[in-house]
Amino acid sequence: MPTLVKRLLAALVIVLLLIAMNSYMSEAGLFGFGVPPYYARVIMLAGINIILAVSLNLITGFTGQFSIGHAGFMAVGAYSSAYLTVYYAQAWERSLGGMVGGSLAHALIFLLAILVGAIVAAVAGLIVGIPSLRLRGDYLAIVTLGFAEIIRIVILNIDKVGGATGFTVPGYTNFLWVGAFAVITIVIVYNIVHSDVGRALVSIREDELAAEAMGINTTHYKVLAFVISSALAGMAGVLFGHYTSFLSTNDFQFIRSFEIIIMIVLGGMGSLTGSVFGAIVITIMPELLRQLPGDLSRYRLVVYSALLILIMLTRPQGILGTREFGLSWLKRARRRPEGDKPVGTGGVPIAEQEPPSAIDRAKEVKNQ
Amino acid sequence: MLKLDNVSVNYGAIEALTGISMHVEQGEVVTLIGANGAGKTTTLRTITGLLQPRAGSITFEGEEIGGKPTHKLVARGISMSPEGRGVFANLSVRENLRMGAYLRKNKGEIAEDMDHAFQMFPRLKEREAQKAGTLSGGEQQMLAIGRALMSQPRLLLLDEPSLGLAPLVVHTIFEAIDEIRGKGTTILLVEQNAHAALGHSDRAYVLETGRIVMEGPSKDLAADPRIKEAYLGE
Ligand SMILES: Nc1ncnc2c1ncn2[C@@H]1O[C@H](COP(=O)(O)OP(=O)(O)OP(=O)(O)O)[C@@H](O)[C@H]1O
Ligand SMILES: [Mg+2]
Repeated sequence: MPTLVKRLLAALVIVLLLIAMNSYMSEAGLFGFGVPPYYARVIMLAGINIILAVSLNLITGFTGQFSIGHAGFMAVGAYSSAYLTVYYAQAWERSLGGMVGGSLAHALIFLLAILVGAIVAAVAGLIVGIPSLRLRGDYLAIVTLGFAEIIRIVILNIDKVGGATGFTVPGYTNFLWVGAFAVITIVIVYNIVHSDVGRALVSIREDELAAEAMGINTTHYKVLAFVISSALAGMAGVLFGHYTSFLSTNDFQFIRSFEIIIMIVLGGMGSLTGSVFGAIVITIMPELLRQLPGDLSRYRLVVYSALLILIMLTRPQGILGTREFGLSWLKRARRRPEGDKPVGTGGVPIAEQEPPSAIDRAKEVKNQ
Repeated sequence: MLKLDNVSVNYGAIEALTGISMHVEQGEVVTLIGANGAGKTTTLRTITGLLQPRAGSITFEGEEIGGKPTHKLVARGISMSPEGRGVFANLSVRENLRMGAYLRKNKGEIAEDMDHAFQMFPRLKEREAQKAGTLSGGEQQMLAIGRALMSQPRLLLLDEPSLGLAPLVVHTIFEAIDEIRGKGTTILLVEQNAHAALGHSDRAYVLETGRIVMEGPSKDLAADPRIKEAYLGE
């Protein structure tokens, strides 16, 4: 089958699946077999977290630039789009609805809001990224941390978006939107990573100076990855705000950024399937903790930290490392017990073996 | 081909290069020797645009290149194998070589040059799918040189290619350097192994704390008593 047909078919299957799942998300849906609201909420948040984790992985996992203010870009997207939907959407929807029908008008307006959120977050990413990514080093971490806090304080002081009392937002987001944009995010990042641009990003992560010496305009690529990552985070913010219907700056504190970092560390930096996995686990974990006696979810932070330490001790590269989960994975995992490292004699990873002695090397050189 | 005129470079307030002047002509192998911290790496990084000179001029093929970004200089034909090799550890040997040709578009020519690199270093061919981080030091150095050649440079800068390698591997590396010059590529070689560097180059400069203190044909320098004492350990 030609790839185009294959891709169209895959897209069709995904769309149908999303539509089915969307109706499954309400209790009455799918012939009365839908999920209760509580589970629906967890699934929605998992979807939004997938967008956040995959987008953060682009800049941090694949490009090696530590951004620890992802929630800041999420906030920018959430609030800028909410400003639009709260103050203008109804009037626009009415006038547009007369031309194209109510539900299409509604969808178009929300799509516009998502675009606006993504673009404003991208611009914020550009402003933060250009000065801090021009230099080699970990400036981005410090700057993004500061940025996220500043944005939060600024929003807290804008009365038009609710200030300290919070901002009530129309609940436009349903599963169809979240699912579709999670898929779109994964497709975008997958395509970037598997392109020439992606190879440039990975080489920057591996050795920035050497990448530059290869003729890669490292500033350009780092900023590009960061802006895309920020835009996607902004998009997740739009979906989040219009799902919870209420925005409070408390939703965008440092802990939120930290959570997203944990997702990609857990799943494996530089693994897309890893981010998806990490996002799902970190979404579900506090819910599971809630079930335990004494409401352990209040100690979420403690558990995250413990989890982080555990990962660092047992599997510093994350569950998947830089690999992707796929059908071939099970076979490969069996052949290579150590996974990432090619195994030399006696099961010792080659990298950890003693270097060959000078005499061995002399022999090898002579044999050439 | 390459000319540095009174180039000074600072790291903040620290002056690393103080008005150095040197030149490299088409087809030559020129070596720059000096002790640790003399400013050899700084010189190469300044030529490749990774550092900006504070004063002085750098011209390449008659055109001023001081302050130009590295990617423009790579496109013009200057390539460097960096100090400490700088291979992309999680990429395979083949992918590393492919990165060296990042700015080139012609897939057929790139494949041809990759074959040339493998001919020069058969060890790499055997390990083409292996992650570069798992190669031995010598193999990584071969890869770094092969990768630098993938941009088809007219001027190749090598920063201490023999550092930390066993004598026989050093020999392989210097044979490769002879082979590269045989194909017409001009080379500026930074070395602490003065003996080998002087033996495989036409001319040499001696750098001491950011200043060029001696220069001349490599043969003459190798016979100079001061060089013998300070750099050849005789
Ligand atoms: N990033 C930096 N910041 C500040 N000083 C630096 C920096 N890099 C190098 N220097 C200083 O500049 C001087 C020259 O360093 P350079 O790396 O060029 O020496 P080198 O001749 O290559 O030495 P080696 O043989 O040890 O590689 C040294 O005194 C070093 O401490
Ligand atoms: Mg050096």
